[in-house]
Amino acid sequence: MNLPMVLRILGLMLLMFSLSMLPPVGVSLGYRDGHAHVFLLSFAVVAAIGFLLWLPVRGVRRDLRLRDGFLVVAVFWLFLALAGATPLLISDAPELSFTDAVFEAVSGFTTTGATVIAGLDALPPSILYYRQQIQWLGGIGIIVLAVALFPVLGIGGMSLYKADTPGPFKDQKLTPRIAQTAKALWGVYAALTAACALCYWFAGMTPFDAIGHAYSTVSTAGFSTHDASLAHFDSAAIDAIATFFMFLGGTSYVLHFVVARGRDPRLYWRDTEFHAYFLLIAAMVGGATLYLWLAGEFESLATSLRHASLQVVSVQTSTGFLTTGFAHWPGPVPAFMMLMTLVCACAGSTSGGMKVIRWIIVSRQGVAELKRLIHPSAEIPVKLGNRPVPQRVIGGVAGFFAMYFIVFAILMFLMMLFGLDQVTAWSAVAATINNVGPGLGEVAWSFGKLPDSAKWVGVIAMLVGRVEIFAIVLLFTPAFWER
Amino acid sequence: MKIIILGAGQVGSTAAQQLAREQANDVTVVDTRDDVLRELQDRLDISTVSGNAAHPATLLAAGSKGADLLVALTSSDEVNMIACQIAWTLFRTPTKIARIRSGDYYDRPELFGENAIPVDLAISPEQLVTDYVERLIRYPGALQVLEFAEGRVLLVGMRALKGGKLVGHQLQALRSHIPNREVRVAAIYRGGRSIQPEGDTTIEEHDEVFFVAAREDMRFMMKELSTEEASVRRVVIAGAGNIGFRLAQALEDRVQVKLIERNPERSRRAAETLRNTLVLTGNAADEDLLLEENIDDADAFVAVTNAEEANILSAMLAKKLGARRVMALINKPSYAELMENGPIDIAISPQTVTIGALLEHVRRGDVVRVHSLRRGAAEAMEAIVHTDGRSSPIAGKRIEEIDLPEGTQIGAIVRGSTVIMAHHDTVIEPEDHVILFLSDRRHVEKVGRLFQAGMRA
Repeated sequence: MNLPMVLRILGLMLLMFSLSMLPPVGVSLGYRDGHAHVFLLSFAVVAAIGFLLWLPVRGVRRDLRLRDGFLVVAVFWLFLALAGATPLLISDAPELSFTDAVFEAVSGFTTTGATVIAGLDALPPSILYYRQQIQWLGGIGIIVLAVALFPVLGIGGMSLYKADTPGPFKDQKLTPRIAQTAKALWGVYAALTAACALCYWFAGMTPFDAIGHAYSTVSTAGFSTHDASLAHFDSAAIDAIATFFMFLGGTSYVLHFVVARGRDPRLYWRDTEFHAYFLLIAAMVGGATLYLWLAGEFESLATSLRHASLQVVSVQTSTGFLTTGFAHWPGPVPAFMMLMTLVCACAGSTSGGMKVIRWIIVSRQGVAELKRLIHPSAEIPVKLGNRPVPQRVIGGVAGFFAMYFIVFAILMFLMMLFGLDQVTAWSAVAATINNVGPGLGEVAWSFGKLPDSAKWVGVIAMLVGRVEIFAIVLLFTPAFWER
Repeated sequence: MKIIILGAGQVGSTAAQQLAREQANDVTVVDTRDDVLRELQDRLDISTVSGNAAHPATLLAAGSKGADLLVALTSSDEVNMIACQIAWTLFRTPTKIARIRSGDYYDRPELFGENAIPVDLAISPEQLVTDYVERLIRYPGALQVLEFAEGRVLLVGMRALKGGKLVGHQLQALRSHIPNREVRVAAIYRGGRSIQPEGDTTIEEHDEVFFVAAREDMRFMMKELSTEEASVRRVVIAGAGNIGFRLAQALEDRVQVKLIERNPERSRRAAETLRNTLVLTGNAADEDLLLEENIDDADAFVAVTNAEEANILSAMLAKKLGARRVMALINKPSYAELMENGPIDIAISPQTVTIGALLEHVRRGDVVRVHSLRRGAAEAMEAIVHTDGRSSPIAGKRIEEIDLPEGTQIGAIVRGSTVIMAHHDTVIEPEDHVILFLSDRRHVEKVGRLFQAGMRA
């Protein structure tokens, strides 16, 4: 374990993160909402802690091992939860307890979008802006941003990147230098966000709402600046824009970059995972539209399509925007949508869940096992786009599934232990571990009514889900700490 | 610079490591072995592509479009040549370097060129290593002998030993010891750490001293650092592979050479071709055989078989039995570090020798010669002060006015046909060849900038 180097990087990253307290200061001064001091104070506190961590070890120059990378990622997420909660805790509007402030910050950074705050419309603009901004920073990963900005991380950058990017293929590098890869991803991310904000603005949002919602749409997070979420605007155009950009946010950013570099949109279609993701979304939207229309939930097929597509895409990409809400929809639709969040969207995107690609691999492995029953001596490789998947990856995916469901079950039992009913408990865990946001039952709109103990379980679920289980569970294994 | 390295073997991975350390380079490594690539990518900030290095699809995936340099280092000469041909025909890669091992190809330079096989530089590590060992044998006592300016200037590394006239004295005593001869001490390593050489630095026993001198002045300086070494008369070589065979061929007319080879087939072939060498079939780690052949009288024992562990063992044995200086070919840097200055006098590292030749082509046009030293930690280079219209930031300046990074020394200047030893008041002129020693390789980019026309220092 290379503790000085870990501390040095953590210090640097906290210093970098403290800068994110400055834009809200500008917002506060611009809107004269009188909350600039909240962010200036938070900036000073976070920067001071970062500086104190960095100061004694600033001269240390050593390569970061893979193990150190995991430690940095896990500890940094912990720091983010606390540092991100600072302004929410200091501010008098909203008046939040420590638990609520941490829950809200973690919900933002992990792009979950579950909120505990009621009365958003009355909050000062700077606080609202800050909530949107933390989701955007958390989306593609603040650690990936650090890798892009600090070339000193060098090889260490690779281990951080690997520990923090979602998906089973972590060795993929777009460019020879990891810093360039990280920059490329952030470039695509920023460009999509800008495009989304412009679209919202043209569709009639105020610039403030347009930027705020673009942040939470492209990062597939789901905070809104209004209590009524997207229903506040009640505009079919805005719903369509949100649907489109949430869908893009749920697509692999690596794929976006490859398409942009090759200038060939057909490359999307050739990607096995995107293919499956598109068909899955299309089938779910079609099914939900028809069912809701036939069941009489909506008057016309067009209205049914509008709300079904927004809600399905919103939940499936782990965003969590609401128009009509879906928890009260008839028949199996709500439960089915909630279950499908275990799949969510593509690896390398900003969405949560277990990712489409892992389900493809596992299901193909299942089919291969069936074939092997009939032809015991057949050689049946699992393939993705005509290339065999290495046995190591298949094993890794199987292990991930086992771990995911075990953690899921433990968290769900804890939720029930703390007094939640069955539906609320399992949907709350699904909504947090998959970084979706809204669930069913009592958590259909907000987590505000839950007891504090259940909120802490939610915090753990969100963090564990965001780093895809292993990076955090690893820290609790004795092998990690053995010399 | 975008660089593609084909082959992730010893030389390939060392090259990737050295090149990726410079921020300006983007390195992609191609190999057929996935596990080797994975291990390499975990360790270095590079990208990797798995596949046959000579296939166009693999080269395309490795980013051949827009690559500046292709370095073919696979174990097969034929794959290397074809890869260069394909890179040139399909992607117009400007610079292509190939490792060519077989003397049959290597000895026919007309094979390589615009209208033949498009290889800009054919590197034969075996030939480079042979030359390197031959120089070490010619200068007994030296740990390293590197040539600059077509061999007119030498950089020599040696260990200061008891009996050397300068040992225990300050560097400025040198002027009175050897008047009329100009030598410049470029670096001193004491206990593995670099010391800035000044006039009042005292040379201690066991210091590793690097100095620059004109070829004809070399011997005078070497006497300053150790007792007079008798010149080498008897050499024993273990291993009649490519290197051993070539080395015997190069040495056999000047000194007595004994060549030990285990494989009877090989030793018979070597004996048929060599004229003055005594070829022995047997195990070089066999004590009886070594004693029988008077190893205690040998001035140098060179172990260059394919197996590095065997090289280490036989060299240690030879040293114990009384050979004056023993050298062993060692691939693994960690082994080399362990052995050198311990039981073995000199560890010959083929990668380090080969890397220098590669680096010359990676650096900008101003750099004509690069030697990698101390397993890649330090570097010596020869660079031209270019002018083309706008002058480089150091032209017309006195050496003391130049802002050199820490641990960097200008050793000598070659102006036309004269060799000038660097003094603090020597003025650098355009088109001078400047020979520099960098005890910290990380400053390479900073130093390179000094030589580019139109840049500010």
